[in-house]
Formats: sequence, C-alpha cells, structure tokens
Amino acid sequence: MLDENTIPLITVENMKKYYPVKGGVIPHTTGYVKAVDGVSFSIMKGQTLGLVGESGCGKSTIGRQLVGLEKPTEGKIYYNGCDLSAISRNKEQMRQIRTKLQMVFQDPYSSLNPRKHIYEILAQPMLYHHISSKETVERDILRLLDMVGLPRTVLGRYPHEFSGGQRQRIGIAKALSLNPEFIVCDEPVSALDVSIQAQILNLLKDLQKELGLTLLFVGHGLGAVHYVSDRIAVMYLGKIVEIGEAKEIFRHPVHPYTRALLDAVPVPDTAQKNQERKLLKGEIGSSMEPPEGCRFHNRCPYAVEQCALEVPGLQRVEEKSTRQAACPVVLADKKEAAHG
Amino acid sequence: MPHLLEVQDLTTVFAGDYGRNISVDHVSFHVDQGEVVCLVGESGCGKSVTSLSIMGLLGKGGAVIDGSVLFDSKELLNMPEKELDLIRGNELTMIFQDPLTSLNPVFTIGSQITESIRTHMPLSKEQAKKRAVELLTKVGMPDAENVFKKYPHTLSGGMRQRVMIAMALSCRPKLLIADEPTTALDVTIQAQIMKLLRELQQENDMSMILITHDIGLVANTADRVIVMYAGQIIEEASAEEIFAHPKHPYTQALLDTVPTIRDDADRKLRAIPGMVPENYDDITGCRFAERCPYRCDACSKPQADYDFGCGHRAKCVVAYERGMAGC
Repeated sequence: MLDENTIPLITVENMKKYYPVKGGVIPHTTGYVKAVDGVSFSIMKGQTLGLVGESGCGKSTIGRQLVGLEKPTEGKIYYNGCDLSAISRNKEQMRQIRTKLQMVFQDPYSSLNPRKHIYEILAQPMLYHHISSKETVERDILRLLDMVGLPRTVLGRYPHEFSGGQRQRIGIAKALSLNPEFIVCDEPVSALDVSIQAQILNLLKDLQKELGLTLLFVGHGLGAVHYVSDRIAVMYLGKIVEIGEAKEIFRHPVHPYTRALLDAVPVPDTAQKNQERKLLKGEIGSSMEPPEGCRFHNRCPYAVEQCALEVPGLQRVEEKSTRQAACPVVLADKKEAAHG
Repeated sequence: MPHLLEVQDLTTVFAGDYGRNISVDHVSFHVDQGEVVCLVGESGCGKSVTSLSIMGLLGKGGAVIDGSVLFDSKELLNMPEKELDLIRGNELTMIFQDPLTSLNPVFTIGSQITESIRTHMPLSKEQAKKRAVELLTKVGMPDAENVFKKYPHTLSGGMRQRVMIAMALSCRPKLLIADEPTTALDVTIQAQIMKLLRELQQENDMSMILITHDIGLVANTADRVIVMYAGQIIEEASAEEIFAHPKHPYTQALLDTVPTIRDDADRKLRAIPGMVPENYDDITGCRFAERCPYRCDACSKPQADYDFGCGHRAKCVVAYERGMAGC
C-alpha cells in the first residue's frame, strides 16, 4: 500500500556526530562530545516529526545535519531517496537541494542581518537561487508577507524595528521564500511570549497544510511540540529512546525517561497542586562520557543490572503500532502482562 | 493582623528616549505570612520591575515616584540604604532567573555563601562554613563539602540555582521573591527546583512571590494569583478561582493560549491577536482593549478595580456589568 503518507521524504540512517574536544599543553584532541550517537528515523511527506529532550541531548544538532549546515561524522541522510553526502560533492546539485531544505531558527534577534532591511533580506536568496527575477521579486515578496501575516508596509524597515513575534514571522517568510519541501524549526517559539507563541504555532500549522510542507519541529516545550507534531521522537544523551505517534506517546509513554519527562511538566490544573509527583533524581550526564549501557540507567527507577551492561536498541512496543522504545525491561514487563 | 507585605499604589518610571516611561502604574497588592503569590504576565508587563522596586534594586534609570511598600510594618521606600541592607538579604531575599550571572565568577561558592551569612549573623568563619555546608546539603546538593570549594562555572544550571536558593535562605527570610527561577532550566530540573522551593517554603512558613509566565507552574504552586498587563494589575484572585472563573478577557485568553500535553490533537489554539502595546502611558482606557474581543465604548474610560466578591478583583467593566460578579 503506497499512498502519500507512506513515502518518507527524509530518512536518517545511523547518524553520528562527534565534536572533537581539544586540550593539553600542546593542543590535541583529548576526547569527543558525542552529540548524536547512532540515530535512525524517517519523516513522511507532509508530516511533522517533533524532536524533544533536555538541553544537550543532541536534538538541535540533528536539525543542523538535516539542512546541511554540518556534515555527520557517520551515517547517511536521504532526501527523497538521494544520499546527501554523495550529492554534497557536486556543488551545483547541492545548491539546488539546499533550497528545498530550510530552517527557522530559535532566536529571531540574531538570525536576521541587522544592517539589511526586510526587502533585501527576503529578495537576496530568491534572486541568488533564480527562484524569482528582478521583475517579479517584489510581487513574490508581497505574496510572502501576506502568507505570514505581516503588513505590506514593512519592506523598508530594519529588523530592530520589529517585535520578537514579527521577527519570527520574517524568519518563516525567509525560509518559505525558496519554495522548500522540508523545514527544520529549531525551537521557533521558545524565545517568544505566550500570547505570541500561539500565533506562530497556528501560522506554522496552517502553512504546512496549505503548502504541504514536511517539518522537523525541535523543542523543549512539550505542550507546543504536542500541538504541532504527528509523530514524536524522544531523545536522551544523543540517542532516541522512544519514537511513535504523538497521540500514543503522550497518552501512554512507555520508556521510563519519556514518562518522567511528561510527569515533570506542570499541568494548568489547580486540583493537582498537592499531588506528590514522581521526580527524576540527578541530572542529565555529559555527552563526553555517557554512562555505559543504557544511558539513562543511573537515573532510572526501573534499572536492573543488565541495563548498565548492554546498550538497548529500539524495539516495537506492540505488533500493530509503529511505535518503538529502547527499554527491554519495560517491554518485557508489558509482554508478560499481555500474556498473563 | 497586618499583612507581611503591603504594596500600595506603587508607581515606577524609567528614563526613556523621549522623557519618562511609566513601567509600573499604581500597583497595589499584599502578601500574608506563609502565602505563595504568583505574579503572572508577559515580558514587559512590569512584573520584574515591581519586584525590583520592592527590593530597592532598580538601578540608575528607574525611580519609584509614588506609593508605599510596607514590609513587616516598616516602610521600605525612602529607607536609608544602610537600614535597608539590614532587611534585604536577611528577612527579604530574591532569586533571579539566570543563576550564572547572579553568582560572582571569581569567588568560590563557599566564600559567596559565607559572606552573606556573616553579613547578617554574628558567626565565626568556622561556624559560617558549617552552616553553609548544612544549607547546601539541605537544598539537595550532592557532596556539599566539595561544592563549597568549587567555582560557579563548574556547576550545571540546576546546581547553580540550588546554590542561589541556599544563599537566599541562609538567614531564614520571611519573604522570598523568586523571579522566574526555573525559566532557564530543563523541565525535569524545573520540577526538582520547584519541589525544593515548596518544601522549604512550607517548612519555614515563609512567604513567597513567584514571578513566572508558565501557567502550569502557577496552577501547581500558587495560593493566590495576580495577573499583570502593560504595567497594571488587571486581575487578582485565589488560584482555584482564577482557573475556574477567570473574569478579565486577557486572563481568559492567557489560559486558553497555552498548549498543554493533555490537549486533544484537533484543538485549535486560541491566539491573542496583536501584541502588547509598547508605550502604554498615553492609553487612558483599558490597555487590553485593542486586542479584546469584548471591546465596547465603556472600555475607553479608565478602568476601576471591580470587586467580584471573595477577594476576586478585575479591571474590566464589561465583565462586571455582565453580572459575572459572585463566586
């Protein structure tokens, strides 16, 4: 059965990204920060994958590899079936593909050139990539402004004249200007006020539907990620610990880390004020020397001896669903419960 | 019994490019002993400036031009700096959003905590050290003896915030002002820190003003909630009341605009159109009116604090006239 929803636009296979750490009197590489350590997933056409986890877990690093800002140390990225690392040797082809892979950044203050007005910011990439010509560029820019809900009078203004929410709209217009198929949104709302966050989230959702975009939504605000995502991947110290349909994961999290993460989110309900909540002990470790075995075992309430020895792989949670989790302990319990 | 903190008509201005900008406009509220009051609002609404005005930490550009701040029946505004120093850091303390910039990078954690202890308590160096290690253990710092000798940059964000809390609590304050204490932290660490703050607050029967924009955090922590918008308090009520029956359209919208992990997948977020007015000095009527769906002629006049009963007040004539009073 091959319909629209079953064609992956982006496929990542065993991606690793290690950053060397220099040290010593004569500087040399003393170790590696394993930001991303063997991650595989795919994103279907027209869908949104939400990537969640705490700071330092490697979620932004994945976003940067996917749009080609950095090259992975190991592993493959396929865009529409073509291997990006093979293409990157061919400059002309890479230039074309780059227009299809765009990014919206977290900080709308530092991602726009302060010396250029909005017309230049939006026109330059379109002219460079021959998406638009000198005659048509103004019309295209106005179309973009309408799309992201900015008044047409802003063209001559500079970034500092806008509020955070408006700047993020410009950032989105910039990403849309090259008719991309895939956009990485790296915490696009975390720098904004709550009342503005909803505007931007709704805008992203509407645009996705209208233009059939595929999104990777990186965020640590779980409420926002839940709102925009079809599927969710939960990361911990460079590895995916659980991946599946957003609805399923938020209703019935399987991996102990996912459960703890969802438990820690305060819910706007005063009835839960005095409820004792299960909290994680300790902090996320360093990705330079991640714990042996399962990286979560030193904080996990269900850890057994085996967890410190073997690195768990992703396994299907149920036969029917596509959800996978990397915790043999919980999965074994689940199976037992199902048979017993 | 008088309130522990009573703020009356507090008005704070900042020097702007074109004269003075009113940042906090006739703000009045109180905090009782052992109570947790949450100040909620978006950036620029004046919630941080309110707390800095109370602490007398406004700095050069800002000045309080009107009002009074009674703490423990003593007027804090116009108090000589020396007298203020006896209260500030002692009975009245504050923790900030970013623990890295509020710790001095060139001194060890230990020397910074003992300094604040010895300023306010007649203890010897040895005694102060013992108390500091005790405090660090109490805020859940593993290996407190060792942390005592470390410098701030070697600690993680959560650990630094624990140090700040230990420092703030070193003299058993009566009132702790926490200005977005967990905004810079990850959710699991945020939950740890909030649990710690609540435990310490209940243990010492301390009062707390928690400044935040996280609605979920408010629901889990507050006894009473104060909502600010554009320099004014627009609504105040008990936490249960404000979540069950918000009166002001801004409060209603604020509660509706936050995506939560319990939502249905098909829910459409209600966005508040427009944005917070940047310069609100000239707006004579309701400051939310231009974004408000219930706007009418009466909104262009100055809004009074309407009493809805049970300690619930809101600055909205429309809600009041619709007969939403009563609880």
